Amino acid sequence: MKFNFSIRKKRLSRSAGGDTAVFIILLMGIAFMSMPLVLTISNAFKPLSELFLFPPRFIVRNPTLNNFKDLLVLMAQSWVPMSRYLLNSLLIVIGGTAGNVFFASLAAYILSVRKFPGANLFLSMVVLSLMFSAEVTAIPNYVTIAALGWVDTYAAIIVPAWGSSLGLYLMKNFVDSMIHRSIIEAAEIDGASEFRIYWQIVMPNVKPAWLTMIILLFQSLWKNTGGHFLYSEQLKTLPYALSQIVQGGVARQGVAAAVTLVMMIVPIVVFVINQSKVVDTMGTSGMAN
Amino acid sequence: MSSMIAKTKSAPGVQGVLRQKWQTLWRDIKQNKVCYLFLAPYAALFITFTVLPVLMAIGLSFTYFNMLQPPQWVGVHNYLRLFLEDDIFLIAVKNTFIYAAITGPVSYFMCFILAWMINEFKPKVRAILTLLFYAPSISGNVYLVWQVIFSGDTYGYVNAFLLYWGIIKSPIQWLIDPTWIMPIVIIVVLWMSLGTSFLVFIAGLQGIDESLYEAGAIDGVRNRWQELWYLTLPTMRGYLMFGAIMAITSSFTIASEITHLVGFPSTDYAAHTIVQHLQDYGTIRFEMGYASAIAVILFFIMVISQRVVQKLLNRVGE
Repeated sequence: MKFNFSIRKKRLSRSAGGDTAVFIILLMGIAFMSMPLVLTISNAFKPLSELFLFPPRFIVRNPTLNNFKDLLVLMAQSWVPMSRYLLNSLLIVIGGTAGNVFFASLAAYILSVRKFPGANLFLSMVVLSLMFSAEVTAIPNYVTIAALGWVDTYAAIIVPAWGSSLGLYLMKNFVDSMIHRSIIEAAEIDGASEFRIYWQIVMPNVKPAWLTMIILLFQSLWKNTGGHFLYSEQLKTLPYALSQIVQGGVARQGVAAAVTLVMMIVPIVVFVINQSKVVDTMGTSGMAN
Repeated sequence: MSSMIAKTKSAPGVQGVLRQKWQTLWRDIKQNKVCYLFLAPYAALFITFTVLPVLMAIGLSFTYFNMLQPPQWVGVHNYLRLFLEDDIFLIAVKNTFIYAAITGPVSYFMCFILAWMINEFKPKVRAILTLLFYAPSISGNVYLVWQVIFSGDTYGYVNAFLLYWGIIKSPIQWLIDPTWIMPIVIIVVLWMSLGTSFLVFIAGLQGIDESLYEAGAIDGVRNRWQELWYLTLPTMRGYLMFGAIMAITSSFTIASEITHLVGFPSTDYAAHTIVQHLQDYGTIRFEMGYASAIAVILFFIMVISQRVVQKLLNRVGE
């Protein structure tokens, strides 16, 4: 306890030259990565005349909220209220994410911590499944879901999301490298049940893992339009509704720019909240040492 | 233990040995009841919604299936047709390998190196940097702005800029000219590639125990490169394999980006990939059996590359 380091202390093995190089590379990277993003934000505030200006301007000159106003007008005209689309999206995103985080982490915990017949086989099946194209499994999947009687229900989207392979493989890696055997052995000596070890000891210690999982799942489900599973208009999702609004050619270009921004803002907000939690975790675990 | 017991008993014969093995296995399974209980919910979901469809698709690859009539068994005909008759498939294979060979390794190293650099910063700065780099992959269709940037008319940003500076005299058809399609797709794919593995690498780097580096400094680690090679990379091996699989699966399956950017099919199939070919047969021509055969081939290509990468990753930190 004598050496109380801050969260990110200066390490011994660093040179000023190296730090400068890192900084320059990062700046260049940011310029390249953020350019189309700046353009998206800027476009959303451009009046129609500026969207088609020649030579095109990168940054908006006369910012206007007209695109958003138009979007609101169009949304208000919608046959099914927009709030219903939003509710559908939220149900799918939250239901799908929560289920996958729980079931996948439960399985990942046991696969990582215990050795039992079939464990390795199961894991390699999960990894292999990541490499099979989803396009051709779509039809068999539809057949399965139809047989279960889930077509045109939320379950058609939510339940398959619970079994996503990516989540399990991700979680398994995190538990492998973040959990020391000694913690589990100590808990066993204290007589903790298997579920208790999982829920009270392992899960809090792999917080960055499930926070990362939440971001990834949120994103993929947020984009979900319901595909060929949801055909009742009342069950369709926000991305679907917004994509319908944009279908209007040149006249809707301004609205389209606004929609792109709106669709992007939500995952970004979730990401920021999520990442601040990751930072918190590291802070507290640093104190514990 | 059990094998020793089996040996001491007087010549149990092949059947006896087998029965013994089964008994041990069964005892093992019974002892680990709780483990299977933990695995069961996920396993049920995984088998129903992933394993079953994959097996069905593999089965379909040996049939002619137009999604209206019941599948007809055609044996390996689909596979023969792919390699012997379908010239465009061979173009797709060639293009896919080019894309994978460039975007796979580049995106992989970009993800790791940027994550590693960002990890040096204080938490708040790190969060902002992570967001900036991750933002392109955060929303599904932000990459469509590249369509405006590389638009073939004078309204496109690149054309407008080059015309303004007098570098070109007439606009270049970036998204139509076969010589430019592929490089542009590669740029856009790389721009979007700081996704899943980037986040996982950052989270993984944060999970590394600080004491490891303190011990390393005492053991004579002098600079950040030695620290990276001897300390960071070996502890990250699990995440590195994860990232490699992500890089393989995404670089071999580039498709929707191309379709959205340059349309389908691209001029002279200049940007055509295996997955685009699969989508062509699966969703346009309704030849699901043939599409499934393409998926099976792609699957084996990816599995082989994964095995190669695994061999390479085992050498890290030696």
